[in-house]
Amino acid sequence: MCRLAAITSKEYFSPIENILALETMKEGHDGSGLGITLKDLGGEFKDLKGYPILSGICSKEGAKILDDYMDKSGFKLIHVWTPKIRHVKGIISHDHYFARVYDYPSSIKHNHLHEKEDLLVNVRLTLRKMGESNQSIFAFSFYPDVITLKEVGDPLQLAEFFGLDRENLKAKIIFAQGRQNTNYAIYLYACHPFFIQGYCSMTNGENTAFVPIREFLMSRGFPGYIGYNSDSEVFTHILHYTVRQLRLPLTYYKDIITPLKENEIETRTDSDVLRLIKQSLRPLCIDGPNVVIGFTPDGTCFMVHDAKKLRPGVVGGIKGKYALMSEECGLDSAIPKRDKSKDIFPMKYDMVIVGPQAEEVRVWNQLQN
Amino acid sequence: MEPATKLDYNHQLSLKELPYIIRWRDDRCTRCGRCTAVCPVKAIEPSVKLQRTVTSEGHIPTPLAVRRIVHVIEQVTDIDRYCTGCGACTLVCPNDAIEPEYNPQNKFLLYKNKGGEGYKRGGRRNDPSISTLDRLKFTRISMLTDPALDAGRHEFRVRTLLGRILPPEELPLISVNGKLSVDKDKGKFIPPVREIFPIMIGSMSVGALSPPMWEGLAMGVAYLNEVEGLPVVMATGEGGVPPRLLKSRFLKYFILQIASGYFGWDEIIHTIPEMVEDPAAIEIKYGQGAKPGDGGLLMAQKVLKLIASIRGVPQFVDLASPPTHQTKYSIEEAVAKMIQSMSMAWGFRVPVYPKISGTKTARAVLNNLARNPYASALSIDGEDGGTGAAYNVSMDKMGHPIASNIRECYLDLVKQGKQNELPLIAAGGIAKKGNLAANAAALIMLGASIVSVGKYIMQATANCFGDEYNRCNLCNTGKCPRGITTQDPKLYRRLDSDKVAERVVEVFKAANVELKKIFAPMGRSTELPIGMSDGLSVDDKAMAERLEISYAC
Ligand code: SF4
Ligand code: SF4
Repeated sequence: MCRLAAITSKEYFSPIENILALETMKEGHDGSGLGITLKDLGGEFKDLKGYPILSGICSKEGAKILDDYMDKSGFKLIHVWTPKIRHVKGIISHDHYFARVYDYPSSIKHNHLHEKEDLLVNVRLTLRKMGESNQSIFAFSFYPDVITLKEVGDPLQLAEFFGLDRENLKAKIIFAQGRQNTNYAIYLYACHPFFIQGYCSMTNGENTAFVPIREFLMSRGFPGYIGYNSDSEVFTHILHYTVRQLRLPLTYYKDIITPLKENEIETRTDSDVLRLIKQSLRPLCIDGPNVVIGFTPDGTCFMVHDAKKLRPGVVGGIKGKYALMSEECGLDSAIPKRDKSKDIFPMKYDMVIVGPQAEEVRVWNQLQN
Repeated sequence: MEPATKLDYNHQLSLKELPYIIRWRDDRCTRCGRCTAVCPVKAIEPSVKLQRTVTSEGHIPTPLAVRRIVHVIEQVTDIDRYCTGCGACTLVCPNDAIEPEYNPQNKFLLYKNKGGEGYKRGGRRNDPSISTLDRLKFTRISMLTDPALDAGRHEFRVRTLLGRILPPEELPLISVNGKLSVDKDKGKFIPPVREIFPIMIGSMSVGALSPPMWEGLAMGVAYLNEVEGLPVVMATGEGGVPPRLLKSRFLKYFILQIASGYFGWDEIIHTIPEMVEDPAAIEIKYGQGAKPGDGGLLMAQKVLKLIASIRGVPQFVDLASPPTHQTKYSIEEAVAKMIQSMSMAWGFRVPVYPKISGTKTARAVLNNLARNPYASALSIDGEDGGTGAAYNVSMDKMGHPIASNIRECYLDLVKQGKQNELPLIAAGGIAKKGNLAANAAALIMLGASIVSVGKYIMQATANCFGDEYNRCNLCNTGKCPRGITTQDPKLYRRLDSDKVAERVVEVFKAANVELKKIFAPMGRSTELPIGMSDGLSVDDKAMAERLEISYAC
């Protein structure tokens, strides 16, 4: 089982807080990888908000190819962050880990963000494709104000490896997943969180409906719906598809992946909408044991469960800082000074939504009107 | 030297050349005559013979010739009265004195195809081979990372959708303050959709089936819906529908079929104003999997008074539905026009879909339908289906197996992103070996939304004679010894429609449990695993490759 640690805060904080939470939840967990996504960045990125950041890993040859390609595409490099690697036993280091901040090509500089987003996704996919066969380039995200780190190994050791404890890497929303690899060979692209155009999610559990969902998403004609080295990547894409592509309000994400039964639908005021959505998005219904934690471009974080609630999940905190964790001990580590009696254990109909800047927590219930 | 009258004139058959040879045991038979009374083809008759035996009594041999009159059961060698192996005689014999034995060396076809006419028979071929569907196994079993579900305890939704489904991108929705509502002003056509049980009863017409049989099925379906809460639907087949049903509230459980014979459609159209419910759907039949290229045929023998009146035709004439709708000439035109006019007749409230034979050209039809916003499904009938009368050669040699046909159609829809928009109905050879739920689940995972079963339901619910190798297949002749496929009251009085209805209910309840037993260990419960091909494997590499599933041995 994977462990998930998401923290959202009004103030900037370090990803080491997430790692420590993962560590307390570690039991029985083989630590075969770590993925971190930071959003709303502080530190040296604080003043670079409008510029897209390309996060990834590459080899020496990969670096050249990458630079050439970015040059040719008209992106101007304006800032580079690379961790000072502290070699740790058991972790095989890649040549370059980076978060590179670019300025848009002048041709698109003044366009609407929507168009820029499509360009960013295409660039990321092209880089991914160029480096995939010989593993010379891994591109995890390319988006303003977002950084993604992934590597194979134990989370705590990886934190030391990347020097996260001393690095000036801070953000207001940080997602981290301590991976336990079960299904596939350990592979960087299979590490959560997954990110696409401002939408991000990570998941604990197995998605038994993976194949039909993947087929459905891939046939939607959106170039970003590829990859799927993990069956959980589809959750991110369903989120993106629901909110960005179909323009449905966030809560309908829950209605899509775990649709209500007919007699329950009747109780909702928007029952005719629900019926249509349930039919049209039938292939996106999940059946496996899953808890999904995600964020949307405006900085809203949320947690939802499958319809049987077969995986644990808890949300708690204080005004200005909330954590969404797969287990309660993780929450204790992240925000020890909170009123524990207010911790929320979302049930099968619930969607826990933490507003931007960790202002408030709302439990939205599928049966509520 | 034999007398000349016993010489062979070169046209007689010996018993050894017939497909079935009757084994009759003199020592057990009490001459009750039940067997000869029930034989549907009069293949056996009581006969009187003169027997000469030589006996000797006393101390010294004194041979004495005695002539006795004996009564025997004799099989006739007339090819028109050949024993069909139905086993009716065995069933009624109180002393196990008689049974038919299959004779693989028969010369049946040689003698049955007379006058340049190929032999027609009812029912599908007696094929003992194992179909692809029966070779598929469910190999993706949930264990620890994804806990298996409990088929008995968890909630399951074994339901599917019949009807055109709008793609999510086209839903007429508006969002106000985080809440959606349907935008009625847009005037977008939202096609009708029914939620049904994924296994439906395939089309078997009034006329093909006897009144108690058809009624039994219909009663079973109504009971399943109204008492058991299983929304099973049944296709009527071409041939009209009893007017009583058309005007009843039960009509919503029936799919009305229209084929090129248009039998009964006058009645149906005229009854529309009096209908209190819409039918579940309208099926336009273009082809049948068991005999592609042949139309439907109800042989004259079965067109008795009741049938003649329902279909609006004279009695005792062959009722042929040509293989194509004669007034139409192209798929684009034929299908589009018919779908549109049928939809219009019911105010666009009823799903309308065509049914075609499984064929390599199915994808062409499919692609045409995918672009037609009024088409609500495509039913593909594979080669193994069918109960009606057909030429032997059509039944044995024509058609396309359903598994690969449905798979390639589904994958074609996936490529276009329309896999959820146009449901595929798979038929033909499901439960051929009795594995109804397993075959249905396999087809669903290959991409079918709905599975349609005709012959198995008929055979299971009415206890049709014999097994897959020894079925009497007299269905077309009006002589069905069980009373299932005959219009002769003397025969159909043997069938109890209540019992048929009971069995229909049992069959579907059992299938429902078995489907859950298949879906639960694969971790699926809330949506039908349509296209969940990672759940399937087959022990043949070529098949695995063709179906794009995994190979396991
Ligand atoms: S098996 Fe059927 S057809 Fe043959 S003799 Fe017996 S009753 Fe007649
Ligand atoms: S339906 Fe009747 S005629 Fe046809 S195979 Fe069964 S028992 Fe024989």
